[in-house]
Amino acid sequence: MAHSHHDHDHDHDDHAPIEAAGTASEFELLEQAIRELLIEKGVFTADDVRRQVDATDSVSPADGARVVARAWANPEYKAWLINDPKAAIESLGYDLGPAPNLVVLENSADLHHVVVCTLCSCYPRVLLGPPPDWYKSKEYRGRVVIDPRGVLKEFGTTLPNDIEIKVVDSTADMRYLVLPPRPAGTEGMAEKDLAALVTRDCMVGVTLPDAPAH
Amino acid sequence: MSFTFAIGQKVRVKEGDPPGHIRTPFFLRGKRGMIEARHGEFRNPEELAFGKEGLPKKPLYLVTFRQTDVWPHYTGPAGDTVSADIYEHWLEADE
Repeated sequence: MAHSHHDHDHDHDDHAPIEAAGTASEFELLEQAIRELLIEKGVFTADDVRRQVDATDSVSPADGARVVARAWANPEYKAWLINDPKAAIESLGYDLGPAPNLVVLENSADLHHVVVCTLCSCYPRVLLGPPPDWYKSKEYRGRVVIDPRGVLKEFGTTLPNDIEIKVVDSTADMRYLVLPPRPAGTEGMAEKDLAALVTRDCMVGVTLPDAPAH
Repeated sequence: MSFTFAIGQKVRVKEGDPPGHIRTPFFLRGKRGMIEARHGEFRNPEELAFGKEGLPKKPLYLVTFRQTDVWPHYTGPAGDTVSADIYEHWLEADE
C-alpha cells in the first residue's frame, strides 16, 4: 500500500481491512478436503476439530514457565523432572495425553542446549504451545546447526567459549524442553515470581532467563 | 528392548538417499558420532508416513556428534556438539 507515514495527524481510515486474503495453498486445500471427508464419514465431528485446535492453541509458554519455576524452587522436583518428565509435569495438573515423549535438557554454567528441528518444526507444543515463526523458518533451522554461536548472537546471546554448546535436533519421536539455569539474585523468590522470569525463548535455548528487576 | 548399540559406543550414520519420509537429516549422513542415550522403541516413521503399521518397532537413539566432525570449517570451541535422534537401522558400529 502506497501510504506515507510522515504525518500522523490524519485518521487511519484508509488502512486495508484486516482479513485473510489470497488463495488457499495446495496443502490447505488438501487438509480441508481430508477434514471434510472424515467428518462426513463420522470419524470425528467439526466440533471435535475445533476443540482440539482450541486446546492446542491454549497452551502457552506460561505453562512451561510454571514447570521450570517449580524445578528451580525444588531440587527434588527438578531431579524428578529430568528423570521422568511426563510424571513430573502431569503432577502439576497437565495432561500430556498421547503427545510425543518429552526430554528435559538442563542448561548450566558449563553446558548450553539449544533446540531445533531441522526437518520440520517439531516443538514441545504440549508445554509451550505453537512454535514461533522464527523457529519454523528455514533460516533458523538451517543455520543454528552449523553456526550456533553466530545465531545465538543474533538473538542477543553471547556465550563464552568455556560454555559448551550442544544443538539438539528433534528429528524423530522426542520433544526437547530446555531447563534454563536459575538466574543469580533470585534466592528466596516465590515460585510465581520465578515463573515470570522464564520466557519461551530460554526454554528453546536461544537465550538465558533475565535477572530479576530491582 | 533390543538395542544393538551401547551408550558411549562410537557409531557412523549410514549414507544413502532412499526416497520417502526419512527422519535422518542429510547433514549427518556418513558422519561419526557417539551414542548418548537410548530413547526406546518406536513405530518406524518411514512406514507410518505411508499408512502402514510401522512394526516391528525400531530402537531410537540420541546420537551426539562433535561439530568439528560434522563441519570441517567449524570455528567454535572443540567441545561444541550437535545431537539428533536416529533410528538404529540408520546406524553402524564405527571401527
